[in-house]
Formats: sequence, C-alpha cells, structure tokens
Amino acid sequence: MDGLDTLRASWLGRIADAADEQALEGARLGALGKKGEVSLMMRELGKMTPEQRQQAGPALNALKDELNSALAARRAALSDAALAERLRTEWLDVSLAPRPRAMGTIHPVSQVTEEVAAIFADMGFGVAEGPQIESDWYNFDALNMPSHHSARAEMDTFYMARGEGDDRAPHVLRTHTSPVQIRTLQDRGAPIRIIAPGRVYRSDFDQTHTPMFHQVEGLAIDRDISMANLKWVLEEFFAAFFEVEGVETRFRASHFPFTEPSAEVDIRCSWKDGTLKVGEGDGWLEVLGSGMVHPKVLAAAGIDPNEWQGFAFGMGIDRIAMLKYGIPDLRAFFDADLRWLRHYGFAALDVPTMRGGLSA
Amino acid sequence: MKFTLSWLKEHLDTDASPQEIADTLTDLGLELEELTDPADALGGFRICRVIEAGPHPDADRLRLCRVETWPNGPDAPSAEVQVVCGAPNARTGLVGVFAAPGMHIPGTGVDLKPGVIRGVESNGMLCSERELEISEDHDGIIDLPEDAPLGARYIDYADLNDVVFDIAITPNRPDALGVAGIARDLAARGIGTLKTPAIEAVPGEFASPVSVSLAPEVADLACPIFAGRLIRGVKNGPSPAWLQRRLRAIGLRPISALVDVTNFITYDRGRPLHVFDAAKVTGDLQVRFAREGEELLALDGKTYALDPTMTVVADEAGAESLGGIMGGEASGCTETTTDVFVEAAWFDPIRTALSGRKLKINSDARYRFDRGVDPESCVDGIEAATAMILDLCGGEPSEVIVAGQAPDMARAYRLDPARCASLVGMDIPEAEQRRILSALGFAPRDVEGGRIMVDVPSWRPDVQGEADLVEEVARVASLTKLEARPLPRPSTGVTRPTMTLGQKREATARRALAMAGMNECVTYSFVSQGQAAAFGGGSDAVRLENPISSEMSHMRPDPLAGLMAAVARNQARGAGEIALFEIGPGWSGGEPEDQRVVASGVFAGASAPREWTGARRPVDLWDAKAAAEAALAALGAPVERLMVMRNAPDWFHPGRSAVLSLGPKVPLAVYGELHPRALEAMDVKGPAAAFTLFLDAIPVPKARSIARPALGASDLQAVERDFAFVVDADCEAETLLRAARGADKALIAGATVFDVFGGPKAAASLGEGKKSVAIAVRLQPKKKTLTEDEIEAVANKVVAAVQKASGGTLRA
Repeated sequence: MDGLDTLRASWLGRIADAADEQALEGARLGALGKKGEVSLMMRELGKMTPEQRQQAGPALNALKDELNSALAARRAALSDAALAERLRTEWLDVSLAPRPRAMGTIHPVSQVTEEVAAIFADMGFGVAEGPQIESDWYNFDALNMPSHHSARAEMDTFYMARGEGDDRAPHVLRTHTSPVQIRTLQDRGAPIRIIAPGRVYRSDFDQTHTPMFHQVEGLAIDRDISMANLKWVLEEFFAAFFEVEGVETRFRASHFPFTEPSAEVDIRCSWKDGTLKVGEGDGWLEVLGSGMVHPKVLAAAGIDPNEWQGFAFGMGIDRIAMLKYGIPDLRAFFDADLRWLRHYGFAALDVPTMRGGLSA
Repeated sequence: MKFTLSWLKEHLDTDASPQEIADTLTDLGLELEELTDPADALGGFRICRVIEAGPHPDADRLRLCRVETWPNGPDAPSAEVQVVCGAPNARTGLVGVFAAPGMHIPGTGVDLKPGVIRGVESNGMLCSERELEISEDHDGIIDLPEDAPLGARYIDYADLNDVVFDIAITPNRPDALGVAGIARDLAARGIGTLKTPAIEAVPGEFASPVSVSLAPEVADLACPIFAGRLIRGVKNGPSPAWLQRRLRAIGLRPISALVDVTNFITYDRGRPLHVFDAAKVTGDLQVRFAREGEELLALDGKTYALDPTMTVVADEAGAESLGGIMGGEASGCTETTTDVFVEAAWFDPIRTALSGRKLKINSDARYRFDRGVDPESCVDGIEAATAMILDLCGGEPSEVIVAGQAPDMARAYRLDPARCASLVGMDIPEAEQRRILSALGFAPRDVEGGRIMVDVPSWRPDVQGEADLVEEVARVASLTKLEARPLPRPSTGVTRPTMTLGQKREATARRALAMAGMNECVTYSFVSQGQAAAFGGGSDAVRLENPISSEMSHMRPDPLAGLMAAVARNQARGAGEIALFEIGPGWSGGEPEDQRVVASGVFAGASAPREWTGARRPVDLWDAKAAAEAALAALGAPVERLMVMRNAPDWFHPGRSAVLSLGPKVPLAVYGELHPRALEAMDVKGPAAAFTLFLDAIPVPKARSIARPALGASDLQAVERDFAFVVDADCEAETLLRAARGADKALIAGATVFDVFGGPKAAASLGEGKKSVAIAVRLQPKKKTLTEDEIEAVANKVVAAVQKASGGTLRA
C-alpha cells in the first residue's frame, strides 16, 4: 500500500492548491466523489481477502478522513478570504456626517422659569397664573393703587383702546404679576403659597428695557409668616438658583403700595473680570422688591387681615437669567435670532429638577 | 431730590462722612442715586498770581504771562510757569485760578497738555468760571481779590466744596422732599442731632390790601386753606451768592431774590410757595375752579387751556396761577417788583396730580402737592419766606391773612409693641420703638388698658395704620439687622406635586417640540395691525391705546404672527433652515378672559442644511403635521382617533392644510402650508408650513386606575395583505384606511398606506383624475392561525368596504 502515501500527497496538494470553491469541489469529486480515486479504491476492498482488507480498510478510511478534514479546512480558508475581500470592498468614509437630525432648543426664559418653579415647589409653592390683559381694578386698585396714585403714572402702563360708547375704565396690559395674587387669593383663600411667573408690560424701550418682560411673583400667606421668613425663603432660593452654598441678602427699606413694610433686596456678589459671582465678595446687587402684604391688599382679595399675614415679592426672570447665564442683552431675548437661540438655549432633555440639579 | 452736605448740616449736627450719610439714607429707604463731590472735578484748581503779563511776540490779542503757582499747596514752595493767555483781563498782579498740564477741564471736556501757542510755550491755563462749570461767565478769566489765599484750592476759597446728594424719594414720603425732613430721618437713626432752626413769626405792620377768599366749591377739599401776606417796598434783584450757589448745586437756575426764596423754602422745608407781583394783581384774589375756556400763560412761557376740574388762583382779571402747579406770567415777579404777595396754600393731591397730568406740567410745586404737602405748614411757610425776603430785599410786611383752615388730618393708631416681632420678625424693645416714633415726630401716648396710641404728625399722610407704624420702627432700626428664619414646609413628608395640568402640558409640549428639532422663541405679545390681520386678528378690540410703535399696536391673535416676523428676520440674516416655535398667549378679544395659551410652530426653507445623504428637501406640510402629532401624542391626546378636517383658517393653503379634531367639534390642532398671501404679508420666503396646538382643548384624563390593562399580545402569526386601489385623485387616504380598518374589527389590527401613485403619469396610465393608493392591512388572529380561506374572506371584505367608501376599484 505504498501507493497510498503518494495518493495522499497528491490529493492534499490539490486541495491546498485549490484557488476557489470550484477547484476545491473538483478536488473533492476527484478524490472522494462516486467515481473518485479514493472511492474507487474503497470499492476494491470487497474483492480483497480478509487479511488484506484488515490492513487496507483502516488505511483507506484514515486517508478519506484526512482528505475530508483538509477539504473543510481549505473551504473555511477560502470563505475567510472571500469575506475579507468583500469587507475590503465595502469600505466607507466614516468621517462623513450622518443623516442630519436637528436638535431644538428651549428658550432661557422657559428654562429659568422651570428652575424657579422647581425650587419653590420644594418649599411648597405652587404656580399660579392670570390674564395679561387685566382690569385696572386687579392691576391697580386691589393692590392699593387707587386711580390717582402717583405710582400708576410712574408705571408706564399700556392701555387697551376702548370702543366708542364704552365708558368703563380701560383695561391695561398688566404692569406686574401682582394681580395674580389677588385672583389666586380670591379663588383659593388662605393659607397659600404660590409663585406666579409670566409676561408683564411697560411702555419703555431702550438699551436695558423692553416693552415686555417676565416677572415672577411670590406670595405666602398664613397666620404667622413674618419678614424674617421672607429673608430665609429668598436666601434659600438664591443659593439654590445660583447653585452656590449660600447667598446673603440685604434688606433695604423701601416703598411699594401693596406691601408694608417694604424692602428692596440685594444679594452679596462680586464682579471679577466681568463675571458675576453670587454669594461672595463685597458688592451688593439689587434683585427684587418685597414686603409684607398690605392689609388693604388682603382685604381687597377677601382675606381678613386681622387673621392672616404674609409676604410677597416680585423679581425679573429675564434679569436673573442674564445674571446666571451671562447673557448680555435683554432685547435679544425677544428677537428670535436663531444664532442666539442656539447659543443661549437649552437642550430639550435639560429638565431642571431638584434631585438632578438645575444647570448641571 | 438733591441737596448738599452744608445744607443738610444746617438741619443736622453730624460728623458723619458723606459716604456714611449716603449709606444710611439708602438703608432708611431714601435711596441714594448719586453722590457728587465737586473736589473730584475741581480739587486740583489752585489760586495763583500773575507775576507779569506781557505782550506775545507774534499775537496782539494774546498775553504772555509769568505765573506763580503752588503745585503742592500754599505751604510748599511755589513754582513759576509760563502761560499764554487770551483773556482780555489777564494782567500783571491778577490773582486767578490755575490749571496745570494733565488736569481735566470740566467746561471744555479736554485734558490740558503743555502746548506751543504761536511759537511760544504755554504750560498751563488761567481759567474762566465757565471752564470750571460754575457759571456761564466766559468774558474773562477768574479775577480774585488780592487778598485771596495764594496756593489754596479754589473750591475751598469759593465755598464750592459742597458734596451733592441725589436721592430717590418713594411716592409715600412727601416729608422727605425737604432737607429738614431728610435730617429728621437721619437724626432718628442716630446719625446726628436735629437742629432745624425754628421759624419765628414776623409781626405784620399793616393790614393786607389784597384779600383772599375761597370759592365754596374749593373750600372743602380742593383748596381748604390759603395763607398770604403782602410785603411792600421790596427791592428785587439777583439773590446773594450763597443762595445762588446752593440752588445751582442742586441743578436750579437762580432767577431773582424773590423767586429764589420760594425755591429755597420748597427744597429746605418741602413747602412750595408762590409770589405774585401785587401791582399786577387786579383787585382781590379768589381760589376757584377754572372756567370753561379760560387760559393761562404760565411762567414756563406756554399757554394752557384750563377746564373746570382745575383749581386756579384768580383775580378780577382771571386766572393768575394754577393752584399747586405753576404761577402765571402776567402776575409774576420781576426785577421791578416792589410789592410782593406771598402765597402758601394747600391743594388737594389728587386734583393737583390729575390737572398736572392733563396739562403735562411737571414742576417742583406739583411734585410736592401730588404727594401731599404738610397742611399745617402754610403759615410757617409764609413766615419763613417773610424773614428771608426782608433780609434780602427789605420792605415791610402786612399782617398774615388766612382764608379757610388746614384740613383736619389728625389720627392715631394703636401700637402693639409685639407687632414688630410678629410682622417683621425683629425684636425691638418697646422703649426703642417709642424713641424712634418720637424722633420722627409721632407722639406715642399711653391710654386706658395699658395700650399705646400713636398720634401721626401732619407731614406723614402715608401713615394709615398699625402696619405703617411697624414699618417706621423697622426702617429706622434698620432692616439690615433682620435675621432669616426658616419657613417650615406646609406639610411634613414628601413634597407634593404643585403643577397644574395646564402647566404640565405647556412644559411637555415645549420639550416635545424641541425634541422635534424646533427652536423655542419668546416674541412680543403685540404685533402690527397688518401682522395681526394676517392671522385672523387686528380688530379694534385688541388695539392698544398707547402703543410704543405702530409695529407693536395690536395684541396678537396667535404666536404665529410674531414667529413669522421672526422667520423673516432670520431669512434676512441668511438662515435657510428654520424651525421655530412658541408657547404663549394669543387673544381673540380685549377682555381678560379672551386670552388662550397655544403652542405654535413654523418650518421654513429647507429641512436640513446642505449635506451629502440627500436628506435636504424643502419643508412641507408633513413637517408641520409630524411635529403637531408628536406633541399631541406627548400630551396624551388620542392622535389615532383624531379626524382630519379640511376647514383650517384662511392663512393656510386651502388645499394643503387641515384641522385635527376630536370628533367634529373639538379641534386640537391646525396644520398646513401657509397661504402665499400670508407669506407675502409677513415678507417670508416660502415654502413654509405651520401648526397651532390648542393645549387646553385636549380632554382632561378621566380619573381612572393608574395601573395599565394587561398586554394582549398574541403568539399567533400575524398576516399582512397588500391592496392597491384606483381612486379619484382627490380621494383622501384616510377614507381608504378607515374603511379598511372597519372591514373586520376583530381581525384587522391596522392599515397603512405604503404607496401613492398620482400626478400626470398616473392619469396617463389609470385615466384622467385618477390615482392609485396601495395599503397594507395587518390581520392579527387571536384564537387560531388563519386558513387561506379565512384570509381570503377578510380580504374580500376589505376590498368591498374600501370600494364602497372611496368609489374606487381594486387595481388590476
């Protein structure tokens, strides 16, 4: 059976040399096909003596197994090479931009309003709303500003035109969010804790004023709320809002018709290289007006001032947005310049929460 | 309100620095606007001497001066400087005021540099009063007496070194519109001792030949008291230098001694006065309402048409002054006045304010009467003026005449010493509370039952109750001492939700639209009439009476009006891919309840920037519909159940817009391409597609179990069958789909359009006015796998239903 070694070497050589599937199949058929050289030799086994068969059988079977293994190995190698070749031709320029998917933005006024609402919600304040075309009673009279009050004239009020024969006092565009105090107290009574953010209007248009801007009103009425509580609430708010450890406030006596006593509130801050740092330094920045709700205001809203008392404050949302996020120009807030919206806007999923943080 | 430090010191003994006074004023609620120290601008100007003034070699009009200067003050050595001077009065021996190179000259606004004038060096300047901004005088350089202290600072010598305070007075504090009142506040705080000079009565020497009466209609409220006095034989002229200086320092122009006296007392005591030239008054004076058609030429040189709501002081010739606002030109005092009639009256604040507003006159008198002048100050005002006039102008005074009487404003409120702690949160001892109130002129007194009643002084019309007393105490004690105290949560435990459904919807819609690639805007609530009209608004009901401009005259019907203007602005800046939205109010009318918050958005230009995948395409109504449906879905609206109705408002393209409606009557959204006319009106380059979502129309979720129903997913194989129908070109896909879905509600899980073949090619192959719509219908068996026969049966039902609903045929 010396011929087997030659046979083995010959077929293994053909298998190894097969350049493609077709050549490999040719080799398989030539060796192991029905009429293949090895198959034919195996057919010869029947004609042998048992002794011969005993010797030749296992040798042929071993040869067959070996050739099958070689075929499988060669097939795998050819397949790998073919795949490698396909992959080589499937090269793409992965530095190209993908199909575009536009990401929108949230306006800073909305974002900051949500931040303010999140902080005050944590202190038990709900959000209240009211109309922006207001009766002069809600905007002025109920807030202890009767028709002749000089504060009215100073507020640069926008008035709605009255039709011929309509002798009612003209409605106004609310000059502040304070009318929401009255409406909410009328609806819900005391005790109450609300903030009321929204658009307000004053007839003033220059470098630092726009005829529309945003305020947030705060109101807390209970049996024993004092100005000291107001100071705490504001200091907690500013620390949370500006995301610093603590913010000291300074109360200065002032006058608003709807509060008594009244105070303007400054926060401690520093300006370094044009950057505002809140909560440190020797500077003071005026940020809001506040006070204890005037007994006449409570009475106008149907609340007994002998039984209930509390504080109110009002501050500019656009202004604290500018301070926190370093936005320079108020007028740009309302210009809807896409470049500005994309630069100063916030991502859709940047939802401010107390547990997740505000700007973080 | 402006005043100077030396003026304040006539009312207050204090060593406090100007800065300390300024800080205290702010803390007291008299907020400092500006503190001006003249030394900042003029401190460098020193008194010098011209050693010799000789001719300039090359200029006849110029003098070449050798000037002795004291750069480091009178006690240090002097230095000689050469100065070329053009002033006619420059002469040898002149004592003047020197400015060295490097100094800023306020009157010319330039920084002085050494120079060469006509070939001769000049190393400084001899100054005129105008160059120092202390008067308009520029006829020559300052020419001081020979004994003026050489080398001293000129402002010290000339008494110009007076710090000026400018403070903002809140409308409740008319008492602080006089220096005396400001000093009272500071003294109460302990910043000094009050020493306002008492006003001495000057005895009258004869009966006033001019008498005064109050017409009955003014006597009760409009002008309840009018005091006056005639001073005869006065010599009017410029007021003395100290008075002129003081008035100039606070920005007033000196006029004449008689007028300057009234201005001085207005600012010194918060007591406006008026002076009539008695020779020009015809007969007696009467305070009355103006008559219809009456006019007054006022001291500002303008003629005002008066009406019967206005109070005037009149003589027999007619109105001579507008009570509490401004005097008349005809009876005003001049240099030739010899007999002057001084008026101190009390005019009703409301009427004065309304008259002043109507006539658009702002004056120092009106400013004070508007806020409430001390009604008890009339006679004192007359006496103070008399003393000054006699001092400055001579003359003899008549007896004081008083018509009517000061309105009785006496009132007292209870002070509960514990109220300060309960309202403000400051513990201030009762004795200190009493001290503060007394120092401010209030009179605390003990009454029966151990209670304290506090009388309010006549100059504090603002104090109207106990809370005001507490405010006074807290203000003077200083709110800076207030210590924060925690406000406990309203309930213990986990914080409760605070947002309303409407607020949640706005917040969700905002995030959903931003996720859809849109940029949120905040645009003005008012737009031009044309812009409002382009979106169904612009009626007179939403018109502003006093808009800031014609671009902002009408309340917008929908944020789209402002958004479209924003699109136009962005296009003008070169933006090509625009997707803007705004959630905010629109107005259907001019009443508070006519406001509705909606979410509107607009797409304009291309869907994406130029790029390589071919995704860029012009925006169309599908962009608007996709964003609208995404937001509605995020808000929990039943998007799959909404009807698509062709009744969108007319600013949309009539064939490319729709209303998404819950049933036929509850529109939740409109969307579509914008009408070409709307684009034109807004100056927007198309294409543009827009939507408006009516957030408040989405039904409120029913109170139901929070838990979800069990998932009904079937393990059985779903089957999808495709059908193509030839239908009329204007047949809507929704017609086919609704019919298909309804063909077998138990088996059919869904139907979608996967191909539309329309346009001219379809018309050519399918017939004019036809198109082909291919739909895929998904069958989901729930109990057993479907047999071919069952599938065939359902398919037949689908075909029948669709053909019936659409009038179409199955495509061969």
